[in-house]
Amino acid sequence: MSIRLQNIAKHFSSTQALEPINLDIHEGELVGLLGPSGSGKTTLLRIIAGLESADRSPQAGKILFGDRDVTNVHVRDRRIGFVFQHYALFRHMSVYDNVAFGLTVMPKKRRPSSGEIRARVFRLLEMVQLQHLANRLPAQLSGGQQQRVSLARALAVEPDVLLLDEPFGALDAKVRQDLRRWLRRLHDELNFTSVFVTHDQEEALELSDRVVVMSNGRIEQIDTPDTLYRSPKNRFVFEFLGDVNHLEGKVHNGVLTCGDAHLNVDLPNGDEELLLRPHEIRLTEQPSAESHLPVTITAISPVGAEVRVELEADWLVKPWLATVRHADFERLEMSRGQRLFAHPRHWHRFKEDTKAPAKQGRAA
Amino acid sequence: MRQLAIWRPGSTRVLPGFGLSMGISVLFISLVLLLPITGLFGQLAGLSLAQYWAIISEGRVVASYMVTIGAAAVAAVVNAVFGLLMAWVLVRYEFPGKRLLDALMDLPFALPTAVAGITLATLYAGSGWMGGLLEPLGFQVAYTWVGIALAMAFTSIPFVVRTVQPVLEDLPAEVDEAAMSLGATDGVAFRRVIMPHLWPALVTGTGLAFVRSLGEFGAIIFIAGNMPYETEITALMIFVKLQEYDYAGASAVASVVLFVSLTLLLLINIWQGRFVRRLHGGKG
Ligand SMILES: Nc1ncnc2c1ncn2[C@@H]1O[C@H](COP(=O)(O)OP(=O)(O)OP(=O)(O)O)[C@@H](O)[C@H]1O
Ligand SMILES: [Mg+2]
Repeated sequence: MSIRLQNIAKHFSSTQALEPINLDIHEGELVGLLGPSGSGKTTLLRIIAGLESADRSPQAGKILFGDRDVTNVHVRDRRIGFVFQHYALFRHMSVYDNVAFGLTVMPKKRRPSSGEIRARVFRLLEMVQLQHLANRLPAQLSGGQQQRVSLARALAVEPDVLLLDEPFGALDAKVRQDLRRWLRRLHDELNFTSVFVTHDQEEALELSDRVVVMSNGRIEQIDTPDTLYRSPKNRFVFEFLGDVNHLEGKVHNGVLTCGDAHLNVDLPNGDEELLLRPHEIRLTEQPSAESHLPVTITAISPVGAEVRVELEADWLVKPWLATVRHADFERLEMSRGQRLFAHPRHWHRFKEDTKAPAKQGRAA
Repeated sequence: MRQLAIWRPGSTRVLPGFGLSMGISVLFISLVLLLPITGLFGQLAGLSLAQYWAIISEGRVVASYMVTIGAAAVAAVVNAVFGLLMAWVLVRYEFPGKRLLDALMDLPFALPTAVAGITLATLYAGSGWMGGLLEPLGFQVAYTWVGIALAMAFTSIPFVVRTVQPVLEDLPAEVDEAAMSLGATDGVAFRRVIMPHLWPALVTGTGLAFVRSLGEFGAIIFIAGNMPYETEITALMIFVKLQEYDYAGASAVASVVLFVSLTLLLLINIWQGRFVRRLHGGKG
């Protein structure tokens, strides 16, 4: 079921939690709402669910599920499944009764027979691999198991739309990873439309078909993870999606100068700020014709697929972070205190004042 | 919730100060609770079993049990309903004056019961504001058992509100939201999701309110009318016997009230303990 939001805004007394928002989510999509704390993700998700109502004035927004206008439909009639960050399981009911709840409260004429309910609940429990714990109470389960129960409970009523508010937020890194993969698989198998909230960019980029980046109650960009990472629309999105290094200086005749550092750039004269990702910095022992950026290594963290190196220089306001391959790390015999030269492979630049598209440049 | 520390001789404790704190507690309980109770039973020692039975089964005293228990039961049920509603309103909604209403809930505890009794009696007497409204309609409140129940309800409602309130605060609103997102109507969500959590607290609060009503004296006597066999409460019987210097008789009747109250409290505690264990999955 596709979801369409038109002009949805929300005020809590005087604070504006959401500016008027338009959003189209296609049938069968898995969409991540990503943004810093307080950016309005939960508010938006709860409005889609019908747990919160959008502003009616100055103008009323509209929420459509497929062709159905659900703007004024109560949450219980919207046919959604909602998964809460802290599970919100019914503590006095067994795992089985929790999952069966949605089926047992259906009006008599739609309610499946008790045999059918049983079969369906066990099918769901099997899917979340909890059939052996059907008789336990929620308090007797681990956090990851509880979250799986709450997913099964939400899916039992076969919702058109599944909404998840930071579903893995309260779990440790390893369990998160497992559950993430498992949600993706479930989504692809059952093919419902889902929207999930997260403030973890890695989670959003890994799991979503498309990511909605939000800040201050506004949508900053909606794109596939790939596009989002490669061509962020503005500085906020760029900075939110990963580590960023800044290079500020004056451009004169195609050369950006900053203290004793300089870099050839294809930009008009004036003050400039360039942004670089850690993997876009190459380190060598010699400066090149295009760039002369002397730096000193101040910290090294060789954990993971790449080595993270912290760089300082007197022309830098804030230290830079660069990631280098282990092979390069060994070849250059990097050590703390070593002096090297940085070469940007690629840089980004955003002009705050104009709405002009971001400019990107490439250095040899 | 409350849990008994299991005493294992010889085991070392992590928390210090068990000996001292337990000792002070036991001393305090002895002085404040056990000593007066012992005194009460001391008074009874002068009575033979037959005499004791004669006193506690005398017609007028038995009638007072009926009045007291009947009115206390009605008051407890009324309080269960309104106390739950009150706690619900105080926890789940935001409205101006909420703090004030919350503070007012403790008024029956803070007010001397005699003041409450006189106020209620004046209000509901035929010449009072409420009495003046109700009596032309045929409702006599003052000097009937309805008045007794009213006074009991007034003095014991905080028990229900104050036991239910924290449990309700503990129950996240997300739990009702989850129930509704699964298609439950308000009624079903309340019955199947909220009530099971509130039961123990509600029963405890109602039980406490009932027990408190059994022993209430000051708030009731002014509005009760105190007609023998009709509107006399047991506490008044004790008072009357004391005024006649019949200490043994007073103690005998008091022992009945004490016995009923203690038994009820004990039952409530045992039942609640079992329920809480179930809810926490046998973990405590
Ligand atoms: N019930 C409420 N009453 C008043 N203000 C609220 C309420 N709920 C949210 N807000 C405000 O609305 C804004 C958006 O909140 P929201 O919960 O949607 O943020 P979020 O993006 O989910 O943040 P987080 O990642 O911390 O959960 C915040 O400024 C918050 O203070
Ligand atoms: Mg949130």
